[in-house]
Amino acid sequence: MITERFAGLRADLAFIAHWVAPGSRVLDLGCGDGAMMEYLQVDKHCSGYGVEIDDAPIPRCVQRGVSVIQQDIESGLAMFSDAAFDTVLCLSALQMMKNVEAVLRDITRVGQEAIVSFPNFAHWPHRIALLSGRMPVSDSLPYAWYDTPNLRFATISDFEELADEVGLSVLECVSLKDDGTPITFLPEWRGSLAVFRLRKK
Amino acid sequence: MHFAEPLALQSGALLADYTLVYETYGQLNADKSNAVLVCHALNASHHVAGVYEGQPKNVGWWDNMVGPGKPLDTDRFFVIGVNNPGSCFGSTGPMHTNPATGKPYGASFPVVTVEDWVHAQARLADALGIRQFAAVMGGSLGGMQALSWTMLYPDRIANCLVIASTPKLTAQNIAFNDVARQAILTDPDFHDGDYYAHGVVPRNGLRVARMIGHITYLSDDDMAEKFGRDLRGTDYQFGYGIDFEIESYLRYQGDKFSEYFDANTYLLITKALDYFDPARAFNGDLAAALANTQAEFLLVSFTTDWRFAPERSREMVQALVRNDRRLTYAEIDAPHGHDAFLLDDPRYMNVVGAYYEKIWGRITGRQNDSHRKAA
Repeated sequence: MITERFAGLRADLAFIAHWVAPGSRVLDLGCGDGAMMEYLQVDKHCSGYGVEIDDAPIPRCVQRGVSVIQQDIESGLAMFSDAAFDTVLCLSALQMMKNVEAVLRDITRVGQEAIVSFPNFAHWPHRIALLSGRMPVSDSLPYAWYDTPNLRFATISDFEELADEVGLSVLECVSLKDDGTPITFLPEWRGSLAVFRLRKK
Repeated sequence: MHFAEPLALQSGALLADYTLVYETYGQLNADKSNAVLVCHALNASHHVAGVYEGQPKNVGWWDNMVGPGKPLDTDRFFVIGVNNPGSCFGSTGPMHTNPATGKPYGASFPVVTVEDWVHAQARLADALGIRQFAAVMGGSLGGMQALSWTMLYPDRIANCLVIASTPKLTAQNIAFNDVARQAILTDPDFHDGDYYAHGVVPRNGLRVARMIGHITYLSDDDMAEKFGRDLRGTDYQFGYGIDFEIESYLRYQGDKFSEYFDANTYLLITKALDYFDPARAFNGDLAAALANTQAEFLLVSFTTDWRFAPERSREMVQALVRNDRRLTYAEIDAPHGHDAFLLDDPRYMNVVGAYYEKIWGRITGRQNDSHRKAA
């Protein structure tokens, strides 16, 4: 499934890209340096915008030809119309939001479909860390508890519940290993990254 | 450059027989695809970059942005700075002779708008043989001109760079402009704009206009950090001279400005600012006003700019997004208020540099393509 064209793309992004239909209108929330949008534009003929709050990666987006809007996701989505996008991506960004529910509702408003990923707090090394009395520090959660941009910690089941509440139905849910390969056996335990493909109900 | 054909203005008036002063930097390439027009704001001119021979202190107003190896790299691009009509830096303005009367225009110089300036700039482009600009760029009032280009000449501008600007002034902005105008208009030396004939200049009015303008270009924090409540002397003077450093600074800025700037020009340019509102003809719908644009956009705003606040840039972004335009919007968290657009900030410079890098890639890519086709 992961073809040569994905070579430059981070493993989890490469996996997620195959869920985006060619030619889609895409909004990538927390687009970083625009790698995903560039891939979607060049190889899948998608169009759309990235939203990124951090200064540093903006010039890279520009060089890549990605339309990027520097905004806080939590206040900046008002500029997008209802149902303006086929797919809204929110990859490894939701856990940094203060008001996750409001952001998810906004995603539901502006998009038809959404792909959301976040670190799976129920990944087994995290469970062991907690059992031994410490907050987990891992590849997917690499920060100490007192110095982390992550504000929210959720498991796959937790997220399913919230998605349902804001009007999204789960089309697919996959948990990925650190190297981006999907896990079928005990995904709630063995995956470090939870990835949901959702559709407006 | 002299233009004999009158320019029809938005007001209905005609500007007969006028001259535009301009400067260029870099080389126009063979297919004339690397031209960039830089539009000036209130108190600037065609002297965008570099210094004149023998005048090392007269540095171009955007010299940190434009020049060899700078974000707008004149080793690659052919950059044009043009002085707008009505200004006081060489192009036809109120201090020049009105051919109809043989006297200086003074206050009878027709009120010009941003759109009028853009039409004048387009004529200059025609004369220079430039059909399409690789980019038109401006900050503040200059950004309004760049934006206006995309609406008036959609196929003649490939990229539009709008820095610290707005699609229209707010009531507060117009209010500041009118205070400035009143200061000039009520100066006894104004003589209804014909002060040239009286051999005087409404210096006090200009000073006050500049002082109030200058306050709005800085942020509260920036002013607090630069000046605080620092005293000029050691103690209060208990009078109306200069007590505080900020007073000294503003008065100095006002004095300096009143020596080189023309009062009628100040009136004209603040009116051009006030009138700019391209959405007005579309019932306030900016997205509709921008529907025919073809350019790609870079918009930059600065978080502490309360004169042309980030909200105003976001309005433009939203209107462009509604039209599916390709754009980059950078909101730079800089402390210097509106003035930030003229200052060095690596984040700001990097994003503008990256944008021109992209434009350059397109130009050279296209040349390579056409070479390939020719081969």
